[in-house]
Amino acid sequence: MIRNRSIMLFLAGAMLGLAIGPGNAFAGEAVEGTAKADKLEQCVEPTPVMRRNHFEFIKHQRDLTVHQGIRGSKHSLAGCIDCHARKDASGKAVPVNAQGQFCAGCHEYVAASLDCFSCHSAVPGEK
Amino acid sequence: MKKIHFSEWGIDSPRYWGMLAVLGSIVAIAGGAVYYMEHNGHWVTGMTNQVVWGIPHVFAIFLIVAASGALNIASIGTAFGKKAYKPLGRLSALLAITLLAGGLAVLVLDLGQPGRLLVAMTHYNFKSIFAWNIYLYTGFFAIVAVYIWFMMDRRMKAWYKPIGIFAFVWRLLLTTGTGSIFGFLVARQGYDAAILAPMFVIMSFAYGLAVYLLVLMFAFKADGRELGATLLKRLKNLLGVFVAAVLYFTLVYHLANLYGTENHAYEAFILKDGGIYTLLFWGGWVLVGGLIPLGIIYHPGLGNTRGGIVAAATLVILGGFATVYVIVIGGQAFPMAMFPGKTIIASGFFDGVNGQPMLYAPSLPEFLLGLGGVALVLLLTFIGIRMLRFLPATLSDEVADPHHAKP
Amino acid sequence: MSRTEQQGRRVFLKKTATAAAVAIAPGVMLHALPAAAAPRVEAVSGKIRWGMLIDASKCADGCSDCVTACDKENGLDLVDMPAGAEEALWERQRPRWIRQVKLKDNLSGKITNLPMMCQHCEKPPCVDVCPTGASFRRADGIVMVDRHICIGCRYCMMACPYKARSFIHAEVAEKLTHTPRGKGCVESCNLCVHRLDNGESTTACQDACKHQAIVFGDLNDPESAVSRALKKYPSVQIRADLKLNTGIRYSNV
Ligand code: SF4
Ligand code: SF4
Repeated sequence: MIRNRSIMLFLAGAMLGLAIGPGNAFAGEAVEGTAKADKLEQCVEPTPVMRRNHFEFIKHQRDLTVHQGIRGSKHSLAGCIDCHARKDASGKAVPVNAQGQFCAGCHEYVAASLDCFSCHSAVPGEK
Repeated sequence: MKKIHFSEWGIDSPRYWGMLAVLGSIVAIAGGAVYYMEHNGHWVTGMTNQVVWGIPHVFAIFLIVAASGALNIASIGTAFGKKAYKPLGRLSALLAITLLAGGLAVLVLDLGQPGRLLVAMTHYNFKSIFAWNIYLYTGFFAIVAVYIWFMMDRRMKAWYKPIGIFAFVWRLLLTTGTGSIFGFLVARQGYDAAILAPMFVIMSFAYGLAVYLLVLMFAFKADGRELGATLLKRLKNLLGVFVAAVLYFTLVYHLANLYGTENHAYEAFILKDGGIYTLLFWGGWVLVGGLIPLGIIYHPGLGNTRGGIVAAATLVILGGFATVYVIVIGGQAFPMAMFPGKTIIASGFFDGVNGQPMLYAPSLPEFLLGLGGVALVLLLTFIGIRMLRFLPATLSDEVADPHHAKP
Repeated sequence: MSRTEQQGRRVFLKKTATAAAVAIAPGVMLHALPAAAAPRVEAVSGKIRWGMLIDASKCADGCSDCVTACDKENGLDLVDMPAGAEEALWERQRPRWIRQVKLKDNLSGKITNLPMMCQHCEKPPCVDVCPTGASFRRADGIVMVDRHICIGCRYCMMACPYKARSFIHAEVAEKLTHTPRGKGCVESCNLCVHRLDNGESTTACQDACKHQAIVFGDLNDPESAVSRALKKYPSVQIRADLKLNTGIRYSNV
C-alpha cells in the first residue's frame, strides 16, 4: 500500500514536471492545452484510479475488443490517444509517445516500458 | 567386471580456456547477429512470406533431433541392460541436454517476438503440437538431469533403471513430436506423410550417435584416455545400422509418395528437377549422409581406423544438415497445389507462377545464428565434462567389455 | 498520389461502390446498413457467420481494385520498404492480405482471374497449430491474429493451405488506428473486422469491385445476399479435399 502510494506520488510528480518542465523537444512543438483532455474535468475514471489502473483497464479491454469485437466501451487505447494527443502549431497531432508527451512523459520518468506504440498508432484515428 | 571410475576432463588449462574462448566468441558473434536481426526485423534475412522458416530452423531442428538421439547410448546401457554401454551413459545424457539447449536457443532467438517467451509459457493452445513440444522439451531437460544425477549418485542406484526407461520413452515421444511438427502441415505436399514422424526418430538415432562419437573421440584423445578398439567398433557398427535405416526410410518415404499420383509433382521436384534441393537430396542426403559413410564403416580397412570413423561420423552430420534442409526448405519451396488441373500464370503474391519454386537465399546472420547454436552445444558440453565426472577414466577394452575376446 | 488524396478517393469509392453494390443480380439485394451504425457493445456471437462468394467469371483480367482498396483500408500501403533493403527480396517480404491470381486451365487453356485471401476456415489449420492461441476464430467466423500474444513463430504460415498470411518483416512507422501493425507478428485478412464492429456491413474489397465479383454477408442468414447467391449458383471451396469448410467460396473457377 505504502509502496503504491509512493509510486503514485512519483507519477504525480512526473506529470507536474512534465507540465512545467522543458521536456517537449518534439519537432513541431506540441502546444499546451490543445489536447481534448485539457478541456475536460476528468478522465473516464477519477484521476488517481486512472493513474494507478490505466494499464489494467486497457489490457482488459484489448481482449474484449480483439476476441469479442467490443469497440464501444469507455476504456480504450484509441480513446486515450484521441483525447490526450496534443497538437502542434499547425494543428497536426503530436504522437503521445513522443518525448515528453502524455504517455511518454510518465513512462520515461518511471522507466516503465511503453510497448503499445510499436504496433498501435500514437495519433488520433482517421475518422 | 572392474569398477568404472569417472573423472573430470583433464586437459591443461590454457588449452581448455582457449577452446572456451573460441567457442565463446562464436556464440558472441551469433549474439550480435541475433541483435542485428531482431533490431531490424526479418527483412535482413533471406526468409520471406513464402519461405517462412529458414536456416535457423534447419540448425535448430537438426540439433533437437540429434539431442534425443544422443541419449540413445545411455538408453542402450540402462533400459536394455547392455553392460558395455553403461560407462558411456553419462556423456550421452549430457550431450542430450546440451544439444537440446543449443537447438532451442536457435529456435527461440529466431522468433519474431523473442521477448514474448513468457507469453509462450503462459498461453497454451493444447491442440498445437508446438505447444506440446514445449512440455516435451522442458520435461526432457528435467528427466535427463535427474537421470544424470542417479547415474552419478550410488545411493540412487535402485532408481537408475526406471528413470532410464522413462527417459527413453520420453525421448521417443520428443522426436515423434518434432517430426509431427511437419506431419501436421497437411497443406504442404512434402510434409503430408505419416512416415515423417518415425523417420525423424531414425534420423535422430543416426545424428545423435554421430555427434556422440565425435565428441567422445575428441574428449578422450585430448586428455589421453584410452578408448578400446572393440568398443569403437561396436559404436561404428551401430552407426552403420542407423545410417542404413535412414536410407531405408527415405526409400519408403519416396516410394509411398510415388504411389499416390497427387504427390508426383513433389517427387519430381525433389528427385529430379528441383535444382539445389535435388542436388542436396542426392548429393547430401543420400550420398554424403548415407552411402559414403556406409562405405567407410563397412570397408574392411578404413572402417577400422579412427580416421575412418571420424570421417564417417562427420559425413553423417553434414548429410544430416542437407537432409533437414531438403525437408524444411524444400518442402516450402515447392509451390502449394491450390488449383489442381490449372496452372497459375500470374500472381500478386508469388504463388508458384508456372510451377516455379519459391526462392530462398540464406543470409549471413541466419547462418551465424545457427553456428552459434552449435558452438553453444560444444561450449556447454566442454564445461560440463570439465566440471563434473562425466568421462570414464578409461574405456580400454578390458574395462568396457569384460567379455570381449582378446585378439 | 499523396496520402490525403488517396484517403479522399477511398471515401469516394466507398460511397459509389456501396451504391453500386446494392443491386448485385436481379433479386439479390444487400442488407441495408443498420439505421445507426454504432460501435459494438456486445460480444459477437455464433449466430452470424461472415463469408463471401467470389464470382471468378466477373473478376476482370488486369483489374486489381480490390487489392488496392484492401491496401488502403488496412494501411498496408503505409508499410514502407526499409532503407537498404533489396527491392526484389522486399517484394517477397512485404505483407499482403489479398492478391490477384490468374489461372490457366491445363486442358482447355481457359483463363480465370480471382482474388485470394484468408478463406476464414471453419476448421482453420492456422488456429490448430498456433502454440499460444494467438491465431483464433472469432464467434462470427472471422479468423484473426491476436498480436498481443503472437510470438512470431510463423507456424501458422506453414500450416495455411492458401498462403494467406504475412509476417511483418520490418518496423512499421505509420499505422492506422483500426489496424495496428508491428514488426515480428503475423497477420492476414480479417474481413475488415473494424468495419463490421463499427456497424458497417461491407468489406473494402467488395466495395471496390466495380464488376460485382464479390458478395459478402452472413452465411447463417438465409436471406442475406451471399446466402441467396450461394443457393442460386454452383460454387466451390478451394482445396475442398482438406474439409476446412471455408467461409470464402468461389463460383466459375
Ligand atoms: S485460410 Fe489460412 S489463415 Fe485463413 S483461416 Fe484458413 S488456414 Fe487460417
Ligand atoms: S506466428 Fe503468431 S499467430 Fe502464427 S502460429 Fe506463431 S504465435 Fe500463432
